Amino acid sequence: MRQYLRNTWDGIYTAFVGMKITFKHLFTRAVTIQYPEVKVPMVDRARNRLYVNIEDCIGCEQCSKACPVSCITIDTVKSTPTDPVGTTSNGKKKALWVTQFDIDIAKCCFCQLCVFPCPTECIKMTSVYEYSEFERESLIYKFASLSEAESAEKKANYEKFEAEKAAAKAAAAAKPADQNKTE
Amino acid sequence: MYEFLNELLGNQILAMLLTAAVPLVFILLFTLFAVWLERKVSAHMQDRLGPMRVGWHGSLQLIADFLKILQKEAPVSLEADKPLYNFAPVLVFAGSFAAFAAIPFSSKLIGSEIELGLFYILAVSSFMVIGILMAGWSSNNKYSLLGAMRSAAQIVSYEIPTALVVLGMIMLTGTLSLTKISEMQTSSFWNWYILGGPGLSLSKFLLIPFMIIGFIIIYISTLAEVNRTPFDIPEAESELVAGYFTEYPGIKYAMFMLTEYANMFAVSAIVSILFFGGYQSPVGYLGNMLGIHWMIPFEQAFWFISKGLFFVFVQIWLRWTLPRLRVDQLMALCWKYLIPYAFLNLIIIGIISLL
Repeated sequence: MRQYLRNTWDGIYTAFVGMKITFKHLFTRAVTIQYPEVKVPMVDRARNRLYVNIEDCIGCEQCSKACPVSCITIDTVKSTPTDPVGTTSNGKKKALWVTQFDIDIAKCCFCQLCVFPCPTECIKMTSVYEYSEFERESLIYKFASLSEAESAEKKANYEKFEAEKAAAKAAAAAKPADQNKTE
Repeated sequence: MYEFLNELLGNQILAMLLTAAVPLVFILLFTLFAVWLERKVSAHMQDRLGPMRVGWHGSLQLIADFLKILQKEAPVSLEADKPLYNFAPVLVFAGSFAAFAAIPFSSKLIGSEIELGLFYILAVSSFMVIGILMAGWSSNNKYSLLGAMRSAAQIVSYEIPTALVVLGMIMLTGTLSLTKISEMQTSSFWNWYILGGPGLSLSKFLLIPFMIIGFIIIYISTLAEVNRTPFDIPEAESELVAGYFTEYPGIKYAMFMLTEYANMFAVSAIVSILFFGGYQSPVGYLGNMLGIHWMIPFEQAFWFISKGLFFVFVQIWLRWTLPRLRVDQLMALCWKYLIPYAFLNLIIIGIISLL
């Protein structure tokens, strides 16, 4: 009988204790973050979407060689003395036109291995993490600043220059031969 | 209300339909509000925010959900017993809707002023058991059947302590009419039955502790009758998917949900009528003070709905506080604790009312 009354009392009392706790929580501040409106700030060294400052890129392809998943594709054309590429922001002379600099961000594993070898520090991780797309193709980012026509022109320029150089070389090679003949 | 409309319109059928439409509209609006309240209260009790997107603090979330539910395809399982399967949600809803006919929202706003109001509600709410069993059996799904069996066992057992407490109140008041019980507790909260009822005799003060015990018993057992946590084993999500309405899609599912919330309000209303004065104001009426007498029924409706909502809030509060009971614990609570206490309470109330 004692146990019976005790059970009754405990049943009612503990229910009230629980209700008191939940009532307190009714007025505590919610921990929810309303995501699109409020965002958690990213830490300084967060590794998210890659960004390439193409003005500084010298086309050395170090990053694409370092990439473990081969998500970076680079294509370059040598410049000609008559049409120089310009300099990087720290004054180095650029020797190559970067005609293609594609990063397939869908493949990227955010390892940051491409960032360390870059001699001009032009490829880096940003804190942008909202870039979902409907098409997988839209996740291939094209960083090259040259248009297709421009890169074709540069290519033609280089080929012309090469041809001229070869012709000059051939001419130069022919000349001494001629001289030898005349002598 | 029916008589008033009958005189106004001079058409019995129209008056009847209008009278029936009032609780129906109330149930729909109340469900919209109560589901939102449930989700917000549960969220805040767990330090979350709950729905926040649709409307102010998610207040239109339920309308969005309802529109989504309306568009759902309604497939019926090949193995299901189709006539019973389709009829069950209607019957369950009819049971809870019929109970609203006798609930007095105010002294004027009542579907039917029958003398046997309390008895009628107790009787008609048993409809639900048939509907639930029907739903569980006709779905031909073991979870549904288990849920339905549990639900039937639970509702039938918990009707006993409810009936015993109601019996005590009937002995005390001497009437089965809900309007008359409400009218007895008029003018001040001091006259409510939770504080021993009207008058200033010795028996009033003797009754107070037993009234509180009676209130606790009837509150627990009505909570179990409407299958709410901690007594929600018929629809225990972690064991039975959704219990007896596992197989129901779309609008039929919505009817079961509607029934659940309508029942929550119905039992809260009965508890508030028996112990907390029903539609009577705890302090007095503004209409009486200002001399605007047509305002009183509206004030009464306000007090009635506020009391109902308060008890619904307590039900929600309990749901997010207590864990679910096991089947044997549930039966032990009913048969070993509530019924003996209810009997004792009944006898003591009887003796005191004889004094």
